[in-house]
Amino acid sequence: MSSREQILGKIKRVAKADSPLPDIPDFEFSGEIKERFVKSIQGNKGEVIDVAGLEVFLKSNGFSKIISLAKGLEQLSTRTLPENPHELADLEVAIIQGQFGVAENGSIWLTDADLGLRALPFITEHLVIVLSEASLVSNMHEAYKRIGEQHSGFGLFIAGPSKTADIEQSLVIGAHGAKSLRVVLD
Amino acid sequence: MSHPIKAQEFLSDPAKAKWHDETLWFVRDKRDAITKTIPEWEQLRDLASQIKDNVLANLDSYLVEFEQKAKANNIHVHWAVDSEEHNQIVLGILRQHDCKAIVKSKSILTEECHLNPFLEKNGVEVVDTDLGERIVQFLNQPPSHIVLPAIHLKKRDISEIFHEKLQTEKGNEDPTYLTQAARVHLREKFLSAKVAITGVNFGIAETGEFVVCTNEGNADMGVHLADVHIACMGIEKIIPRRKNLGVFLRILARSATGQPVTNYNSHFRSPAPGKEIHIILVDNGRTDQLAREKFKNSLKCIRCGACMNTCPIYRRSGGFSYGSVVPGPIGSILSPGLDLKKYSSLPFASTLCGSCSDVCPVKINIHEQLYEWRQEITKAQGSNAKSISMKIANGIFSTPFAYKISGEMLRGALKILPEAITYSGLNTWGKQRDLPEVPKESFKDWYKKNRK
Repeated sequence: MSSREQILGKIKRVAKADSPLPDIPDFEFSGEIKERFVKSIQGNKGEVIDVAGLEVFLKSNGFSKIISLAKGLEQLSTRTLPENPHELADLEVAIIQGQFGVAENGSIWLTDADLGLRALPFITEHLVIVLSEASLVSNMHEAYKRIGEQHSGFGLFIAGPSKTADIEQSLVIGAHGAKSLRVVLD
Repeated sequence: MSHPIKAQEFLSDPAKAKWHDETLWFVRDKRDAITKTIPEWEQLRDLASQIKDNVLANLDSYLVEFEQKAKANNIHVHWAVDSEEHNQIVLGILRQHDCKAIVKSKSILTEECHLNPFLEKNGVEVVDTDLGERIVQFLNQPPSHIVLPAIHLKKRDISEIFHEKLQTEKGNEDPTYLTQAARVHLREKFLSAKVAITGVNFGIAETGEFVVCTNEGNADMGVHLADVHIACMGIEKIIPRRKNLGVFLRILARSATGQPVTNYNSHFRSPAPGKEIHIILVDNGRTDQLAREKFKNSLKCIRCGACMNTCPIYRRSGGFSYGSVVPGPIGSILSPGLDLKKYSSLPFASTLCGSCSDVCPVKINIHEQLYEWRQEITKAQGSNAKSISMKIANGIFSTPFAYKISGEMLRGALKILPEAITYSGLNTWGKQRDLPEVPKESFKDWYKKNRK
């Protein structure tokens, strides 16, 4: 007998009372969605800026290795997306278009279609996500309604810069992934 | 070695033990604060618990559905009855790809299967990439907490081991400096690994996708740079529908660290072009636990660690005192199912205060199961010192004369007993405890005097 049959057989032999799957209700959300989203991003140690702020950020740091996939901001790229993600190792800034943001926790939904390469938002030193204000939803239940039947090989909720508190619970930003997250809300 | 003996070792450094206690309580406090910002928090716990009940009632059909969908998405699905089979499957995939070095993100399951020593024995270098896990790996230790693997260490300890392994400046204990050093070191590992291993937080039957949550981004750094992703998943991690994630992602990080959500919540549905994803569905005692009516609810656990952060015993005895892969209250109800004898002291490492059950996001009746395990263990072990004293107490309480005499004797004795006896090594109860002040007379004597 295969391991698969063995495991499934053992589960089948256990007497189990029926237990229905509950419906998930629509939870009310109090407060202003944009304000809450901005607060959530800041709480996650990210920043919310506008396009002018993005230009200042790029210029004042003198970044020269930039890939921008965000709609209307493609001209900010200084290089094209490579085929091999290892070639992203020295990338300074990635600018990506986000699909929608979630007010209650600041997370932003991205899929293969937005990322070009799955490694992009992780391996870049600084991450910028461009998001339309109209795309914001209140909570994670709304978020999954919005995702619906969408079929992508990879999907990602990203909520802030990479962080850790593994050394004496001291919060450090920039563990392995991007050292900063800026959200351009327009 | 039993829990009390190992706890004593932990307590031999009182300053560190106090820090451990207070730090975990701080995490518990953060959890409380954030849950109070969600008016429907208790409803979410109910929903999560009900979804998991439904999973346990239909586990076989959800696993079959998951397998079917995952295969349709070009994911290779493997089944492992036990840890040995799991480890052999991993090794087989590595050999197939001629891979001698892997990166691995946090996975309690691979700890449970002792995958690292197995792979190392077979000539594979394993690099744990979660910062806390890398630290304990350098020290050749297991994690002491499922969410905070290095919580038993102080920054001085970490500075010393980093100086030795990563050539950081001697004496530099700055967490930012040390984290940066680990970042540089691990970046190189990420860029050179052909195979990356991760755990799984949730597998979704409806779509065949699985979700991995991290704050550091280490799981994603590993898998998106490697050619092959191996995901190791306990069979109980299945949830029915994608929309159920809305409930679980709302409660997981809030319960674990008091954050609104983990930073990176990655949904893997099919491999990127030219790459491979393998998922290993592991039983390793889970179906046995499912068959134990009183204990099957322990399989609802989503590994947030909240029960550890709140537990007065865990906070004051440290993760290593449990000697089990999953420590703390949840570990103490999971482990006896794996080896009753080895873990027989764990269900007693609890005050039964119920705080674990109160914070559990999927509402596992942890403290009740601890109490149930105690009964199973006592039945299996027969009488012990405690049960003999209970029998004596039973005799005293059932005979009024004996009760009266022994009460007088004890009040007398407690007054004159020197502390050396009360707090001697023979009286384990006296350790870490002060005796109450003895009243001058019993209530019965007082009543006689005043109510004539």
